[in-house]
Amino acid sequence: MLSVALHHRFAGFTLDVRFDAPPGLTVLFGRSGAGKSTVVQAVAGLLRPDQGRVAVADMVLTDTARGVFLPPHRRRLGYVFQDSRLFPHLTVRQNLLYGRWFAPRGAPAADFDRTVALLGIGPLLDRRPGALSGGERQRVALGRAFLAAPNLLLMDEPLAALDEERKAEIMPLIERLRDEARVPILYVSHSLPEVARLATTLILLDEGRVARQGPVAALLSDPAAAAALGLREAGSLLTARLAAQDADGLSRLDHPAGPIWLPRVEAAPGTPLRLRLMAQDVMLALTRPEGISALNVLPATVRDVHAGQGPGTLVQLAIGPDLVLARITRRSAEALSLTPGQQIFAVLKAVSVAPGNIGPA
Amino acid sequence: MTGWLSPAEAQAVWLSLKVSALATVVSLPLGIFVAHALARWNFPGKQVLNGLVHLPLILPPVVTGYLLLLTFGRKGVIGAWLDQTLGLVFAFRWTGAALAAGVMAFPLMVRAIRLAIEAVDPKLEQAAGTLGASRPWVFATVTLPLILPGILAGSILAFAKAMGEFGATITFVSNIPGQTQTLPSAIYAFLQVPGGEPQAFRLVLIAIAIAMTALLLSEWISRVVARRIAGA
Repeated sequence: MLSVALHHRFAGFTLDVRFDAPPGLTVLFGRSGAGKSTVVQAVAGLLRPDQGRVAVADMVLTDTARGVFLPPHRRRLGYVFQDSRLFPHLTVRQNLLYGRWFAPRGAPAADFDRTVALLGIGPLLDRRPGALSGGERQRVALGRAFLAAPNLLLMDEPLAALDEERKAEIMPLIERLRDEARVPILYVSHSLPEVARLATTLILLDEGRVARQGPVAALLSDPAAAAALGLREAGSLLTARLAAQDADGLSRLDHPAGPIWLPRVEAAPGTPLRLRLMAQDVMLALTRPEGISALNVLPATVRDVHAGQGPGTLVQLAIGPDLVLARITRRSAEALSLTPGQQIFAVLKAVSVAPGNIGPA
Repeated sequence: MTGWLSPAEAQAVWLSLKVSALATVVSLPLGIFVAHALARWNFPGKQVLNGLVHLPLILPPVVTGYLLLLTFGRKGVIGAWLDQTLGLVFAFRWTGAALAAGVMAFPLMVRAIRLAIEAVDPKLEQAAGTLGASRPWVFATVTLPLILPGILAGSILAFAKAMGEFGATITFVSNIPGQTQTLPSAIYAFLQVPGGEPQAFRLVLIAIAIAMTALLLSEWISRVVARRIAGA
């Protein structure tokens, strides 16, 4: 558990945040200038806050009230930067082992061979960073931070400098690190797809303050938070288990509310999957529609109807145990006279869930 | 060597190599430290230190030599103290020639190393810190290897400058054959006597050869280092 309380005044900007990051991956999300990177720098000890306290488990890193401020090298961190910052004069192997060299003897460290295999960087070990592509560099940077036997992993937009294809390659690796790491991960991002795929906990920063915080599924399906996250990209999470691969190229997923068919998902049957459903792709019907091309029709209960400033309305639905957002026009909401508690049907096209919006739960 | 050079000439060449090597080796750690301080730290008196380091570059060498004589001479403030406590004498000794050469070459060495340090991305040093390396370790494992080409360039520049140092040396330690007569002093001395020109010319050729070798060596080393860092 990481707990952070910071107060720091810059010229024209005041940072004032307080949050706890439970085990798993906590995303600091916000517009540029919201103070995300500043928080991470303060946690890393690269910035000394005016006031504040930062602690990981029972290790106090910063406590201005007691005059405690550990320098970065004594904080036991793994820091992944946006620009990988690999040491150009060292081989990939030496880069990976750099942090371990300084870790205290007997610190529980990740296994070198296992981590190298997980990140798929075995063939690169004897090269130098100058000969690596951007994606390869970032994998090595992840491994370097992970192998330093850290108490806390910090990732400052590690995917921002990569193209979509590289991102799609590296996201599953971060998911695996998240599930392997026994330490909290603090992850800075301004990309909702990344949040939806990776986050356990979401902290929404706005102008140096915590606007919202909570478990990611709850926050993403909260109509009141949608505006701050970006309406166009609003989408919520649904957890389903891969059940079968059908002969026509579709995969069947089992969800408590009913089966869901999607274009082929490459995973072992039984794997729990996290789907991000874009709010604008979820259609609503009062009765179970017949003669419709959409494959997925799930019974749902209206939980909340949230009219926005413009012509749109966000509807929060309970689909089985999951909360899902649908974005429809106000005219449609009025035509259907949606009210909380109403039983309706959510309609979802199989092809509307992009492969990048599917990851392990 | 003796077949071609007279003992006096060989002595001058050997002495010059010895003086320049000592001057370079001894001033190198201090040069790295000062370059690092000037490149990375902010402290009161930074400009004064910068000026002091560069002074020998702009002062007439004779003035530098005379100032050395005043401070490091037998009766000089530091010279007298060193003589009494450590028994170390600079005036009119080859060690004095090394001191003069070192002082004169110091600005060139510091400039080259400082440029190299300024070219190192501080973000890399920061990254090393987050991975658990304390400041001295960051310097030893990241900064130092990355500035190696600059250190080599600075050293060779300093060595070459030391080989050619004349004014301060002759002022501080005079021109005593076998004691303080370096290559340039010997050339000067040979040119002062009738018929000394062939000897002077041989020494000139040697001076050119040494300088060229040093230059090519430094080019080659920095290319090797650069290739190693570039990867593959």
